[in-house]
Amino acid sequence: MEYLTAFIVGGLICVVGQIILDTTSLTPAHIIVTFLMIGVILGATGIYEPVAKFAEAGATVPILGFGYSLSKGAIEGAKSKGVIGAFAGGLETTAGAIAAAVIFGYVIALISYPRSKS
Amino acid sequence: MAIKRIGKQTIKFQSPPSIIGTASIVGPKEGDGPLRSYFDIVLEDDTWGQKSFEKAEAKMQEEAIKLAIANARLSVDDIQFLIAGDLLSQIISSSYTARQIGIPYFGLYGACSTMTESICLGAMIIDGGFADNVVCATSSHFSSAERQFRFPLEYGAQRKFPSQWTVTGAGATVLSANGNGPYITYITPGKIKDYGVTDASNMGGAMAPAAIDTLLQHFKDTGFTPQDYDLIISGDLGLIGRRIVIDMMKKEGYDLSENYTDSGIKIFDVVEQDTHAGGSGCACSAVVLNGYVYKEMKKGTFNRVLAMATGALHSPISTLQGESVPGIAHAITLENQPS
Repeated sequence: MEYLTAFIVGGLICVVGQIILDTTSLTPAHIIVTFLMIGVILGATGIYEPVAKFAEAGATVPILGFGYSLSKGAIEGAKSKGVIGAFAGGLETTAGAIAAAVIFGYVIALISYPRSKS
Repeated sequence: MAIKRIGKQTIKFQSPPSIIGTASIVGPKEGDGPLRSYFDIVLEDDTWGQKSFEKAEAKMQEEAIKLAIANARLSVDDIQFLIAGDLLSQIISSSYTARQIGIPYFGLYGACSTMTESICLGAMIIDGGFADNVVCATSSHFSSAERQFRFPLEYGAQRKFPSQWTVTGAGATVLSANGNGPYITYITPGKIKDYGVTDASNMGGAMAPAAIDTLLQHFKDTGFTPQDYDLIISGDLGLIGRRIVIDMMKKEGYDLSENYTDSGIKIFDVVEQDTHAGGSGCACSAVVLNGYVYKEMKKGTFNRVLAMATGALHSPISTLQGESVPGIAHAITLENQPS
C-alpha cells in the first residue's frame, strides 16, 4: 500500500511539473527552483508534513521534499540553537543529499563523457 | 553611383558570380534523414575523432571548405577571401578553420543566416571586381550549440514542443567570376525584425517576421512573383515558422503554398526522427543549399531558386536577461541562366 501511495503522490507532483514545462515558456531550472520554494513554504506552514507522512518517499524524493526538509531543519535548529540554528538547521537535515549530489556528480564526471542526444 | 541597386534593398549583379563548387558534411542524424544522398560526407561519429564537439565542428568546416575548393577544381591559393561564421561565441569554429586555411578571412556573425549572408557579401566582392574566387562557409553542431544556447548535455533537459534540432554539419560554397552556373543574380539583404518573442525555444516564430519582410521587399524590388521561382526555400523556420510565412504572405497577396519550403523541414523526417519543429542552425540552410539545392539545380530540376537563410541574433546573455530575439533573413536568387 505504501508503494502505491508513494507512486501516486510522487507521480502527481511530477505531472504538475510536466504540465508547466509543456504549456509555459518556463525552463526546467525555473520549475525546479519554484518547486523548491513551494516546498519550503508548504513545509514552514505545516501543510507538507501530513503529505510527507502519508506518501513518504513519494513526497520526500521530489524537489518539494528537499524544500520541506530545509524548512523543517531550519525551524528545529532555531528552536534548539536560536538564530545560528535557523541558518545551520536546514543544511544539517539536507547534508546527506547535498554531499551525495556533489560526490556522485564528481565521480560520474570522472568516468563518463558527454554524448549527443539522438 | 550605385548602379547595381534596384528598389529599396535589392542588388542585381551586372556580371552574376557563379557557384563553381560546393561541399556539405553532416552528422549521423542528418545522414539518416531524407536528404542523405545529397551530402558529400556523412559522419558516423559526430565528434569525428576530436576531443570536443567544438573541435569537431571546426574540423567539419575546414574539411567542407577544402572539399568545396577541390570540387571547384581549384587550390586554396586560387581563393582570395574566406567569408565564414558560426554560432559559437566569438565565432571560434570559423576562426580556427581560417587559421588552418590561411587566406584573408572575414568573420561573420549572422547566426543561422550566415550561409546566405556570406554568399551576399562574396557575390558583391566578386561582381565589384575585388576578387575572382571566394569561398563562403558556415557550420553548426548540435552538441556545441546545445550547451552554449540551451543546457549542458549532461543535464538532460527535456526539449520543448516548438524547439528545433540544431543540425550537425558544415557547408561551403565557392563563388567565382568565371563559371557556368548556377549564378547568383540578385540578393536582398534583410533588416532586423523583432516582434518581442522572448522564448528561446521558439526560434521559428521569432524569425518568421524577418523572413516575411525580406520576401515582400524582394518581390517589390524585383517585380517577381513567387510563381517566377521553381523553389523558394528558407533557412530554418521549421514547421511553425513556415506556417506563419505562408499565412502572412497570403494576406499580402502572395501565394507561397505551391513552391515554398524550409530547409529545417527538408533535412529531417520530423515524425520519425523526433525533431519537434524541424532542423535549425547555421548548417541547416548550408547543407541543404550546398547539397540538395545545388545538386538539383545542376540536374535541371530547378532553374530558379530563391534561397533565404534566417537568423535569430540573440545571445545566451540576452536570453537570460529576458530580452527578445532580433530576427534577420537574407535572400539570394540562384539561376541556371541569368535572366
